[in-house]
Order: sequence, then C-alpha cells, then structure tokens
Amino acid sequence: MAHDSTAHQHESSTKRIWQVFGILSIVTIVEVVLGIFRPPFLTETSIVGMHLLNWIFIILTLYKAYYIAWAFMHMEHETKGLRRAVVWSGVFLAIYLIFILLTEGDYIYEVYKNGYIAWDF
Amino acid sequence: MDATVVRTGTEGKTWGGGNQPLGASYGKLMMWFFILSDALTFTGFLSAYGFSRFKFADSWPIPDEVFNHFPFLHGVDAPMYYVALMTFILIFSSVTMVLAVDAGHQMKQGKVTTYMFLTIIGGLIFLGSQAWEWSNFISGEYGALKTKGGKILQFVDGEGHRVALEDIAVIQESERTTHRENTGVWFEGGSTVSEFTLEGIKEGFAASDDLYIRTLDFNEEGEKTILSREESQNWLDNNVTGIVEGANLTENEYGPPLFADFFFFITGFHGFHVASGVIINIIIFFNVILGTYERRGSYEMVEKVGLYWHFVDLVWVFVFTFFYLV
Repeated sequence: MAHDSTAHQHESSTKRIWQVFGILSIVTIVEVVLGIFRPPFLTETSIVGMHLLNWIFIILTLYKAYYIAWAFMHMEHETKGLRRAVVWSGVFLAIYLIFILLTEGDYIYEVYKNGYIAWDF
Repeated sequence: MDATVVRTGTEGKTWGGGNQPLGASYGKLMMWFFILSDALTFTGFLSAYGFSRFKFADSWPIPDEVFNHFPFLHGVDAPMYYVALMTFILIFSSVTMVLAVDAGHQMKQGKVTTYMFLTIIGGLIFLGSQAWEWSNFISGEYGALKTKGGKILQFVDGEGHRVALEDIAVIQESERTTHRENTGVWFEGGSTVSEFTLEGIKEGFAASDDLYIRTLDFNEEGEKTILSREESQNWLDNNVTGIVEGANLTENEYGPPLFADFFFFITGFHGFHVASGVIINIIIFFNVILGTYERRGSYEMVEKVGLYWHFVDLVWVFVFTFFYLV
C-alpha cells in the first residue's frame, strides 16, 4: 500500500513550521516598529549611499525570504543542483537588473538637478 | 561483433542518464522554474520602482503619510498598521498551506482539507484588505493642487498638520457640471468636475492666516518643505493650474504620477497572483475532498500549489519592504 510506504518516511515537521512562523512574525513586528518610530540615529547614519534603517529593512527582508524559501518551500530538502539552478539564476539576474536601473535612475536625478532646464515651476 | 554496444563512459554518473539528478518530479521542477521566471517579472517591476524613486529622490512621497488608514479608525493617523495586518494574514495562510502539505505527506485527508480551507479563507481576507487599501488610495483624503510643471502642492496649518481642500475652499455657485454621455450628442469624453474651484481655494487661502503650502521636496532634515505665507501666495498666483483629488493613472494627490502607477501595477499584479492562487487552491481543495489524491496515493498536487502560494507570500514580503518600509 502506498499508505504505509509514505507514512513512515515522512514524520511530521509541525514543530519546525511553527518555529519558522514565530521567526517570521517577530521579524515583521520588528520591521513595523522600526517603520513607525524611525529612530533618528538609524536614519541619520548612512552607509553606501543609503540610510542604515533601510539597510536593516532589506537585510530583514532577505532573512524572511530565506526562511520562506528554505522551510516553507522545502528548498532545504531539495538537491543541491535544483537549489542552485533556481536560487543562483534568480539572485544573479536580480542583482544585475537592480544595479543597472538604480545607477541609471541616480544619473537621471543628477541631470534633473544640475542641468540647465528648470523643473521647479 | 559488439559494434552495437555503445558505451559513453558516463554510466552511474549523476548526469549519465537513467536517473533523476534533481530528485524532483517533472511537475515540481516546472513549478520551480515558473516561480523563478515570475520572480524575475516582479524583480523587473520593483527595480523599475527603484529607478523612478532614485530619479525623483528628493520629492518622492513618504509611504507612512500615504497609507495611514485603519478600518473603523477614521481620521486617526495609523501608519503601517493595516499593511502589517495584511502581512500577518498572508504569512499565516502560508503556515496553514505548509501544514496542509505536511499533512499530505502523512496521507491525512481530513487535516489537508481543514488546512486548505483555512488557506483559502486567508487568501480571500487578504484580497478584501487589498481592495480596501486601493479604494482609500483612489479616493484620497486631503486633496492637493498641481502646478504647471507637474508638481503637487499640499496644504498644512501652522503646526504642520495636513488640511483638506474641503476645509479651505469657499464653495462658489457655478454652472459647471460634469459632462456626461447623456447630455451631449457628440460626446467623446469629459473629466469629472470637482466640487471645489481653484478660485474658491484661493479665496479660502486668503481668508485664513494659518494656512501654508507644503511641497514634496525634502528639506535638510529629511522632511517635506513648508513654504512661508508669501511664497505660498506666489505659487498660488503664478503656477497653480488645477485641483487633484485622490489618485488615478495620470495624476495623484500624493506626489509624482509614477508613484500611483507603480502602486497600482505592483500591488495589482501581486493581487492578481493571490486571486489566481485562491482559485487554484479551491480546485485542489475540491480534489482533496473528492479523494482524488487519496486514490492517487500521493498529495504532490497540494505540494505544487503550496509552492505557488508560498511564492505569493515571498513576493509580498518584498513588496511590503520596498513600498511601505523603505
């Protein structure tokens, strides 16, 4: 019976699921609290052209994304080949696109700001 | 003769053929690659948003000021609470989905049914919340003025609190009505006429001393610039061309039109994914009830829609950060 053969292979991973839910909830609450209060010492310091607060948001987001993909989408149980095919391709292309578009956006901002055409009317 | 015996030298190797190097079924593999391509679509949207935001770096709206509504708390400034709630709803529906997948592995039909049902309910609540968020965004709250150069000007009082157009404008008797199809033979289109007129707002501005114009430009402290009385009067007299109430694809009272465009396209495209996810979940839910997967001996279909559903949650995590937090 298919019943018996599958039942003993997969013991329940309910505990891990609730643990991950806890992590995701705590991170979201931290993000929301930071988003509402916006502590001045975090918005005043800036690293590599961006406020420290924004870096914190992005790192926390990636942390959440990691848990969703690895625990909820079972990426941790897939083979190395599948994991790399999906994650590396996506991450590489995303970084490439973000780099190009943000650089270009910043350039246009400078042109608007320092060019000889007035936009402020 | 052993000429027909072909040896490639790859026997027993991972990619030598005859085995499953990625250890996943065709369906699951294709779901993963669909998710990858879809993730890149969202990357395109979000980085285009980043592009526009960098382009208008010194005049982009502050999300906390735009999305500050909460049901039953009318007029209360509640930044972020509502999206935080939506995020929790979606994360929780992701948890029930993964619990359904887990129950599927153990071939527990009853549990899969319950968890799938909860997931669908979570998805529907999320969609409803998003509709509410859209309707608030579209109808707007305070209203604003637009200038010749496409800038948005908002009104504040002496303490920097926003003032709505309806509290400023002197309502004038006028013959103007919205032009509709039933009033004209050659009707081709017409814009909605606001209940306020520019003259009424100018009159109201002159009548009150405690009104100032706020532009969208950031000052040194990273706050929006509030003009002095004289400067405000100068902008009103020389540059203002019309009234903006709420948001649509061509203009919005919160800032650059692109802000509203990206809001509609990104949250809309995500909402479309949630909606299709709910529909697919419902189909699978009925299959679970009918015992299709029980007979098939495997709940892999639940796992596959689960992957899609988690992906929708994953995208929301990014939309939440880049639209509401950063």
